[in-house]
Order: sequence, then structure tokens, then C-alpha cells
Amino acid sequence: MLLRRSRFEWKEELAKRGLFLCAIVSVATTFGIIAVLAKESFAFFTTVPIWDFLFGTRWTPLLEPRSYGVLPLVCGTALIVVGSGLIAIPIGLLTAIFLSEYSTSRVRQILKPILEILAGIPTVVYGYFALTFVTPILTAIFPQTQIFNAASGAIVVGIMILPMVASLCEDALRTVPQSMRQAAFALGATRFEVSTQVVLPGALSGVLASFVLALSRAIGETMAVTLASGATPRLTLNPLESIQTMTAYIVQISLGDTPAGTIEYKTLFAVGALLFAITFVMNLLGQWFLHRYHETYE
Amino acid sequence: MSDNALGTMVGNLSQRRRAAKAFRWICWSVTGLAVVLLAVLLIDIVRQGVPWLNTKFLSSFPSRFPEKAGILSALAGTLWLISLTTLFSVPVGIGAAIYLEEYGAQNWLSRFIALNISNLAGVPSIVYGILGLAIFVRGMGLGRSVMAGALTMSLVILPVIVIAAREAIRAVPRSLRHASYALGASRWETIRHHVLPAALPGIMTGVILSISRAIGETAPLVMMGALTFVAFVPRGPYDEFTALPIQIFNWASRPQREFHELAAAGIIVLLAVLLLMNATAILIRNRSQKNRPG
Repeated sequence: MLLRRSRFEWKEELAKRGLFLCAIVSVATTFGIIAVLAKESFAFFTTVPIWDFLFGTRWTPLLEPRSYGVLPLVCGTALIVVGSGLIAIPIGLLTAIFLSEYSTSRVRQILKPILEILAGIPTVVYGYFALTFVTPILTAIFPQTQIFNAASGAIVVGIMILPMVASLCEDALRTVPQSMRQAAFALGATRFEVSTQVVLPGALSGVLASFVLALSRAIGETMAVTLASGATPRLTLNPLESIQTMTAYIVQISLGDTPAGTIEYKTLFAVGALLFAITFVMNLLGQWFLHRYHETYE
Repeated sequence: MSDNALGTMVGNLSQRRRAAKAFRWICWSVTGLAVVLLAVLLIDIVRQGVPWLNTKFLSSFPSRFPEKAGILSALAGTLWLISLTTLFSVPVGIGAAIYLEEYGAQNWLSRFIALNISNLAGVPSIVYGILGLAIFVRGMGLGRSVMAGALTMSLVILPVIVIAAREAIRAVPRSLRHASYALGASRWETIRHHVLPAALPGIMTGVILSISRAIGETAPLVMMGALTFVAFVPRGPYDEFTALPIQIFNWASRPQREFHELAAAGIIVLLAVLLLMNATAILIRNRSQKNRPG
């Protein structure tokens, strides 16, 4: 009796432990990422003071005289993020309002899959599109545009994160109770007034979450900006010039055959750690916003 | 908000109507823009790539000469990579989802794991590439092999699989579990024989969509140094490899026009593979909806 019972429990226990191990893989991944980034970055910061890294304005780790100021890379990334946000946020938000407040369910059934397709296109395809389609158009309009330029990368990254903004915003707008809309209509508000003055404020934290999460994705975007925006780290606000983002620098280093242990190899981890830290904070912020709006209406 | 609302709503009625009409029009056209963008993107790629698409392109290795170049090693590499990635990530992902939904829904540890997974889903894929480079390629000495690539890619798509599988498992009605317990089944037996089969179509859909993400993911592979000239088909998991998106990146980053057109042809192949996967996912979703009782 005792034996049979223990065998039964043994099987249960094994399943539970096995499943727990599966769940813990993700925690191990996070710790793995942090450990790897921290270890090599610390080694880097023993050679280069962290202050010089964070606030230096010249990034020339591969050329003499070497300089390890990361600001030009941050500036490149910022240009992409601002540019893509200028495209994705208004278009994504208006699309979401259209989908949730205006469109019939028939139109929505056509539009949603199209947004899903846009979201599912690999980033390298957007990079190709930027290089062969967007840049020539930009050059035709502004002749001083360089072959590799921030604007082209920003435009395609904007298109890339647009579906994310649209679908997260739409989810948020839809959680606003129907009764609030009806109350506003009853007071004589037009649909425009209901959408912008009742529904949008009601869904604000969900909408903000979508912005933060999408921009965080733009920061980490790699292939499109590597292909389209160049490899010239530079402190500039001119979007028609060639720049380099943090991600593009990481790709550049890994394309060359940099031996492990050299200072160039370690820059990869320092830049990676900065990238991870920025996106991590933004994701936490986004999750917090999401959590807040779930609490409001559910 | 109320001040603002009062301010804009008081006023000329015809003005307000005009504003509403204009806004409606703006929403319409902006949404239309997304459709136009997709169309432009696809038309551009098809126009550039189709002349290069033929059986020679599919059966040749990459070459310095555009007219001789093909995509065979990339296609084979992607197949290898995806098979191994599926093998690693799907069981672990589903296992994690079961644990989070069925075992530890309440305690702090599983809340921590769940938060951790949603955060991991937002980590840029290139950071996974750094992890793969440090641990699998150099640390474990796997080199630029299919194995190292698949392990890295598994970590990339794991959070997506877990999130999708959790949703599918959550959608299984509580009553099914209660009925099973009432008949004396243990927890694991209930999961194994009732919850999992019921959740399977939903899990499959999520898995296929995550794997299509892995097919198009480029950055982690570039990080690991998979961008080398590979003119052979991998024969085992420890061989070097290239993959479709890598080959496309390679061609697109060259200055010559012919290589850009080759990249477009490669993109068509890649999108065709993705379309096939998505069609399968939709098929599974529709069939399971039809079979559902009630």
C-alpha cells in the first residue's frame, strides 16, 4: 500500500519538478544575459572609466586615436527612435481609433490581418526596402541625402513598429466600457469628441504602454538600421546624414573577426549592456502602464 | 479633462460636425496608408526579385557572380536551424506554460517567473546574440554551428511560446479539470489527458507563429558570426551554416544592383516559407473552432 502510493506520488512529483525546470529556463536566461554583460563590461570599465564611456562625445574604438565615448551611438539610436515614433505613434493611434471606434466588423476583419502581416515581415526585409526604395525617394526630394542616412532607417522602423502601436492601442481603447461612450453620445457629443475626449483619456495608460513598448522595440531594432543608416558614429541631428546606432555597432564588430579578450571585443558587451539596460527600464515602465489599465477596468 | 471637454463641446454646431467629419476622414486615410505601404513593399520586392527566381536559383550555392548565385545552402541552413530550434524550444516552452498555469499560479515565484518572461519578450534579439556568442559559440565551444544557432534562437522565441501557450491553456474551461479530478485523476493525469489535448490547437497556432519569427530573425545569427561564405549544405548539427535572412542581408549590403535583385528574390523565398507557416496556423485555428462542441 505504502509502496503503491509512493510510486504514484513519485510520478506526480517528477512531472512537477520537470515542469518547474522548464519554467526556470527563462530565469536562467535573464541571469545569463546579465552575468555575461556584467562580466565583460566590468573588464571594459577597468580600462576605460565609466564616466568617459557614458559622456564621451567621440566613438572611435577601431581607429587611432582611440576614444570610447558612447554618446554618438546613443545619438544615432535617438534619431531612429524619434523619427520612427513620429511616424508610428500618430498613424498607429489613428489606426487604432479607426479600428475600435469607426470601422464596421467587416472592415476590421480585413484590416487586422493586414496589420498582422506587416508585423510578421522580417526586419531584414524592411532593411532592404529602406535601402532600395525609401533612400532613392529621399534622395530625389533632398539631393544632399547620403546613401546611408538616419531618415530612411527611421521611416522603415516606424512602419515596422506601427502594427504594434495600433494593436496594443486598439486593445486599450476596447477595454473602455461601452456605457461611457453611450453617456457621452447622450450628452450630444459627436463621435470625434467621444473618441478623443472620453475613450482616449479613459484608455490613456494602455495607450502610453503601447508607445513605450513600441519605442523600446525601435531602440533594439538591428537589421534595418544596419542596412539603411550606415556605420558612421556621429553626434548629429541631421537625419539625412549617415549615423550608427548602438545595435549597428554591435553588428559591425561581430562581422569583423575581432579576437576575444581585446578591448574592441569588450566594447561590444559594454554597448550591449547599455542597450539592455535602456530597453529593460522601458519594458518595465510599459508593463507597469499595462498593469494599471488592466486594474482600472477589469 | 472636464474643463477641456466643456471648452470644445460648447460652440457652433456646424463647426463641431465639420471637425467630426474631418477626423473621420483622417482616420480612414491614415488606416488606408498602412494597406498602401504593405502593397508598395510587396510590389517593389516582387518586381525586383521575380526575374531571378528559377530552379537554378533554388539549387545553387552563393557565388561572387550574381548570375551563378543561388540560395540552396541558406535554405538548407534555415531548415536545419528551425528543426533544432523547434525541438529545443517547444517542449520547454509548453512545460513552462503548464507550470505557470496549472501549478504555481499563486505563489511569488511563479509571479516572478511570469514577469521575467514578459520582460524577456521585450529584450532586443541582438542581446540574445551576445549571450549566444559568449556562452554557446565561445564558452561551450560549439563554434558557428547549427547547434549554437538553434540554442540561441530557442532562447529568443521561448518567451513568445510560453505566452501563447499560457493563453491557450487558460482558455480551457475549469469544469473540464473539475470533472477529471472528480473521477479520481491526479493533477498530472488531468493535465496530460484533458487539459493539454484541449489546449493543443491554440498551442500549435502560437508555436507556429513563434517559429515563423525565428525564421525571419537575423540579428542573433549575425552576432554569432553566421555571416560567412558557406557553399555547402550542413550534414549535421555541428556543421557551419548560413540561413535565408543572413543570405538576404549579405546580398542587400553589397553595392551592386544585381545583388540587390538577388536579395529581393531571396526575400520572395523567405516570405513564401512564412506564408506557408501562417496558412498552416490559420488552418489549424479554423479546424479547431469547427470541431469545438456547442
